[in-house]
Amino acid sequence: MAQIGYSKKVMEHFMNPRNVGTIENPDGYGKVGNPVCGDLMEMYIKVKDDIITDIKFQTFGCGSAIATSSMVTELAKGKHADEAMEITRGDVASELDGLPPQKMHCSNLAADALHEAIKDYMSKRESSGKTGIKRGKATG
Amino acid sequence: MERIYLDSVSSKPVDPRVLAFAKQFLEQGCGNPSSLHSVGLEAKRALEDARTKVTELINAENDRTIIFTSCSTEANNLAIRGTALRNIGKGKEVVASAIEHISVLNPMKELQKNGFSLHVIPVDSMGIVDSKKLDEALTKQTTVTSIMYANNEIGTIEPIKEISAIVHDKGLYLHVDATAAAGHIPIDVQADGIDLLTLSSNDLYGPQGAGALYVKPGIKLQPVLLGGGQERGLRSGTENIFAIAGMGEAARIAKDEMAHETERLKGMRDRLIQEITTIEESYLTGHPTQRLPHHASFRFNHIEGESILLNMDMYNMQVSTGSACSSKTLEPSHVLLAIGLKHEEAHGSMVLTLGRSNKMKDISTIVKAVKETVERLRKLSPLSKKGVI
Repeated sequence: MAQIGYSKKVMEHFMNPRNVGTIENPDGYGKVGNPVCGDLMEMYIKVKDDIITDIKFQTFGCGSAIATSSMVTELAKGKHADEAMEITRGDVASELDGLPPQKMHCSNLAADALHEAIKDYMSKRESSGKTGIKRGKATG
Repeated sequence: MERIYLDSVSSKPVDPRVLAFAKQFLEQGCGNPSSLHSVGLEAKRALEDARTKVTELINAENDRTIIFTSCSTEANNLAIRGTALRNIGKGKEVVASAIEHISVLNPMKELQKNGFSLHVIPVDSMGIVDSKKLDEALTKQTTVTSIMYANNEIGTIEPIKEISAIVHDKGLYLHVDATAAAGHIPIDVQADGIDLLTLSSNDLYGPQGAGALYVKPGIKLQPVLLGGGQERGLRSGTENIFAIAGMGEAARIAKDEMAHETERLKGMRDRLIQEITTIEESYLTGHPTQRLPHHASFRFNHIEGESILLNMDMYNMQVSTGSACSSKTLEPSHVLLAIGLKHEEAHGSMVLTLGRSNKMKDISTIVKAVKETVERLRKLSPLSKKGVI
C-alpha cells in the first residue's frame, strides 16, 4: 500500500523537534529557502577540531520541513564536518522512515541548510588561516 | 482527547437521521428506477421524493428542474460544459470569478484550450466580486457566467441578486455554485435570479456520491455523460438511490432547521473570530459580516498552514488550510492570492468550519489550542525573531 500521510517518526520529530534555537557567534551559519515558497531554514553550528559539537535550527515551513530540520541536526551532531557534508536528502528521508513523494524537496532543504552552515564554517576557517584536522584523525 | 471536528467545509458526517432514512435502500436493496416492475417503481418513488425535497430547499419552480449527479464537481462540469457546448453557435466566451472552485475553473480552462475565451473577474480584498469588471466582461458571445454563492475557503457570501441583475441585463445565463452555501443560508433560485445552481449532498449532511444541478425551465444543456438518457437525458447512468434519497432527506432537514442552526453557528463563529484575532499578527480572511454562519478563516504571520493543521490534529481538532504545502500542486490557494495576499501570507492560513457536532462549550478549548499552536510554531520559526508569539 502507498504511504498515506507522514510516518510516525516524522510526526514525532514534528511534535518534539530536537535542537531548536539559535547559537550566538556560531562557527557556521546556513540559510536556505524563502518565505515566498513556504520554506525557510536557518542552521547554526559550533565546531571544535572540525567536529560539530553543537547545532541548532529554526524553520518556517510544513511538517516535513520541521521534521527534516530536526533529523538533520541529529544526524550531524558529533560528526566531522567533512562527514556531515555527505549527509544527503535521501539519508534524512530514510532516517524518517520515508516522506510522501511531493515532500522530497523539503528534506532537500534541510540537508542544504546544514551544508551551507558547514561551508560557512570552512570558509571562515580558511580565512583565519587555520588548517582543518582531517576526518578520521579527530581526537574528539 | 475528544475529537473536535472543524472541517465541515471539506466533509460532513452523514446526519444519523439521514442514514436512518436512506439505509433501507442499501439494506433491502433497491431496484433500478428505469425498470417498470414494482421494485423499479419503488426506486423511482424514492428518487422523485428526493427530487421534491431538493426542489423545496432552493424554492425551484418544479421538480423537473433538478438533475441529480454524482457530486457537485459533476454538476459544475455539466453546467459549464453543457451550456458552453450547447450554445457554441452563439459565442465562445465564458466568465468566472477568480475565487471559483477548481471544478468550475478547470472545465473553463479546458474550454479555453479548445478555442473559448475565458474572462476571470477579480474580487476585492474581502472576496466580493467586482461587479463593474463583471459588467465589462460580459458580451453577446458569453454563453455561461459562473459566480459562486459563497466561497469555501474564506466564507464570503457574494451579492448574487446584484450579480444576477447584471448578467440578466445582458440576456445571459448565470450559473451559481452553491456547494458551500446551501443548507447554511436561505437560497431561493427564483428570487435570486439563478439559472443554474450546483448542490452537493455531503455538504447538506447527506452521503457522498450525490450532487444536483438546478436547471431553470427553458434552459437547454448538452449532456456530458451519454447513455440511457436518465435525468431528462442530461445525466445518463443508473441513479445512486441510496445517496440521492439521503441527499433529499438531508435537504429536508437542512431547510427545517436552518433558521435555528444558523443562529447557533453564528454565535460560535463570532466568538472564534473575536478571540483568535486577539493573537498578535493574526487576521481574519474574507468578509467580516457577509460570511457563512459556520465559517471562520484566518491567517497568521511567520508560520505555515500545513504545520498548523498537523499541530491542531495533535489536539484531535481537524482544520484545513490554503497553504501550498498541503496542496497537490504545491501552489498556495488561488482564492487567497485573488484577495491580494502575498505568497508568504497565504502560506499561513487556517480555516475552521463549524457543524452540527460542535458545541459552544468547546470554543474556549479550540481557542486555547489555536493559541498554543501559533505560539509553538512561531518559536520554531526564524521569521518571528522580533519576539512576536
